[in-house]
Amino acid sequence: MRSVYLDNNATTMVAPEVREAILPLLESEYGNPSSMHGLGGSSGKLLSEARERVAAGLGCSPSEIIFTSCGTESDNTAIHSATESQPEKKHIITTRVEHPAVLNVAKHFERKGYDITLLSVDSEGRMDLDQLRKAIRPDTALVSVMYANNESGVISPIEEMVQITKERGVLFHTDAVQAIGKIPIDLKTLPVDYLALSGHKIHAPKGVGVLFLRRNTPFRPFMLGGHQELGRRGGTENIPGIVGLGMAMDLAGKHIGEENTRVRAMRDRLEKGLMATIPDAMVNGVGAERLPNTLSIAFKYIEGEAMLLLLDQFGICASSGSACTSGSLEPSHVLRAMGVPFTYAHGSLRFSLSVYNTDEDIDLVLKELPPIISRLREFSPFRRGDEGLDWVEDH
Amino acid sequence: MWEYTDKVREHFLNPKNSGTIENADAVGEVGSLSCGDALRLFLKIDDEGRIEDAKFQTFGCASAIASSSVLTEMVKGMTIEEAEKVTNKDIADALGGLPKEKMHCSVMGQEALDDAIRCYRGLDVAPAPEGEIVCKCFGVTDLQIKKAVLENKLTTLEEVTNFTKAGGGCEDCHGRIKEIIDEVRFGAPDVKPLEVKPVKLTNIKRFQLVSQTIEEEIRPALHKDGGDIELVDIEGTVVIVSLRGSCVGCPSSNLTLKDFVERRLKETVEEAITVREA
Ligand code: FES
Repeated sequence: MRSVYLDNNATTMVAPEVREAILPLLESEYGNPSSMHGLGGSSGKLLSEARERVAAGLGCSPSEIIFTSCGTESDNTAIHSATESQPEKKHIITTRVEHPAVLNVAKHFERKGYDITLLSVDSEGRMDLDQLRKAIRPDTALVSVMYANNESGVISPIEEMVQITKERGVLFHTDAVQAIGKIPIDLKTLPVDYLALSGHKIHAPKGVGVLFLRRNTPFRPFMLGGHQELGRRGGTENIPGIVGLGMAMDLAGKHIGEENTRVRAMRDRLEKGLMATIPDAMVNGVGAERLPNTLSIAFKYIEGEAMLLLLDQFGICASSGSACTSGSLEPSHVLRAMGVPFTYAHGSLRFSLSVYNTDEDIDLVLKELPPIISRLREFSPFRRGDEGLDWVEDH
Repeated sequence: MWEYTDKVREHFLNPKNSGTIENADAVGEVGSLSCGDALRLFLKIDDEGRIEDAKFQTFGCASAIASSSVLTEMVKGMTIEEAEKVTNKDIADALGGLPKEKMHCSVMGQEALDDAIRCYRGLDVAPAPEGEIVCKCFGVTDLQIKKAVLENKLTTLEEVTNFTKAGGGCEDCHGRIKEIIDEVRFGAPDVKPLEVKPVKLTNIKRFQLVSQTIEEEIRPALHKDGGDIELVDIEGTVVIVSLRGSCVGCPSSNLTLKDFVERRLKETVEEAITVREA
């Protein structure tokens, strides 16, 4: 069965060009860039080429690029740098809809005595600039706001937020993991201090990420060790991952137009098609500016996991906005922050596309999902008109 | 993706007995919107009190649907007395097991069945769960947690969450849940009725009570886990002890001291007691 992969905000397939570039590194060119021999030397060369590629993709200088193991490490490093370099400042501003790689770090600092301000979002997932203005204090060490949300696809007003933050002389970090390759980012004109990105979200392999660190920005290494990355991150470089990421950055730059035309058109067709055929559905964040590839859609009266498993029968891979696991029985914190009603939030699905998707993929979802929804609704105790919710506890 | 048994998959993909029964003799309803699951169980019961037919409507994940489906299959043909004995474990076993994080789906099945039986007996309003609400996010009481811990031999917070959902939200209740687990495991509060505490203790009386509680209750409880405790001294209301055996160097030894030893001594001897390690 052909797999129809529509979960690209979770991870992406490795692009064929990236795979090609990596294979020799796994076979014969396995040198350690720190070694003083030919094999090491050629690895070192590949490393600096990849750094240049990433820098070119972001519009910054190669020396402002630190290779890490993932987006999470990059986020952690940025926050630790900002706090440890300004120990007298004990306030961090971030948002309710951040990825756990930021939110949980903020919670960690809260336990250590920091004050955390979580900016909220409206029902469309939009952030309020005034809220940020009011939140900044003399002891604010860092403002950390994601560039685009992984679940709703809603894009944050980063330019305005950076401006407000900079006027007050506060450091700014953005987790741009979902934005890279989908919307143009130019760090020459966007004065963020730290920016995190992850390879596996842009068709590079897993296990590699980048922290952009603007020149003269306070920095404290998170990984202590050797002199790698100018002493800013110890540990032998993951050369295959880094080379793959360099190649993936090039491709992302090339594909950005297609993301915003063909991919966006497929997403819109999926959205319109589902909304037209399935009653009691709603698009999360529909009124906001969203990533071109993401559709978060919620179906009332049913639960997400059941839909996912039935879609899986047809080889369709998507994800749900409701994680029914012991640790988080509630719908995603993002949907909760947007105030999506429980009856919808539990039935949320996220489709995230890439340039490797085709019109046939969309056709298949449009054909298979509506009967799945009606089937599940048939044995749901909740239904139209008779919501039957009076006996259900609403904590 | 969850590891589901073939039985769970089969019951999820082809659920048996989904739907409603017109003029059902009993309807059981449980659910919570925030948890995202709800189950309505319909029973048709003959004059002899035997379940002729059972159907369900479920809002929930694959395990919730499979648990509902297998439950309806199980109870058909049972008398009400037999059905009353069905436990959540029976439901999970009938499915060849559920992922541990999904055990609460089987609990929901059992609760719906209980509710239906109450309805059949004319006790249609489910009594509010007794006890003190421990987990506000999911409305779970201490008695419900104790029952789950006892019946399923749970030892960790994570297991309690898997079975009861308590603790699966904001996490505020985690401390209290751990205390309850310890209470059940160490048997502390239920070991014997609390003695009436004298208003003011003499030093001798305090010493007697402390050593009696340690010897008769605390040491045997710690022995069960390979640990031990010794009374070193008593200075005023400060009880100085020394932990032995596996309690030494145990990461939770502080918890043992404060949450178990000290609390129990406060209950049996005197509120002012504090415990310190030698
Ligand atoms: S009170 Fe128990 S999880 Fe929130």
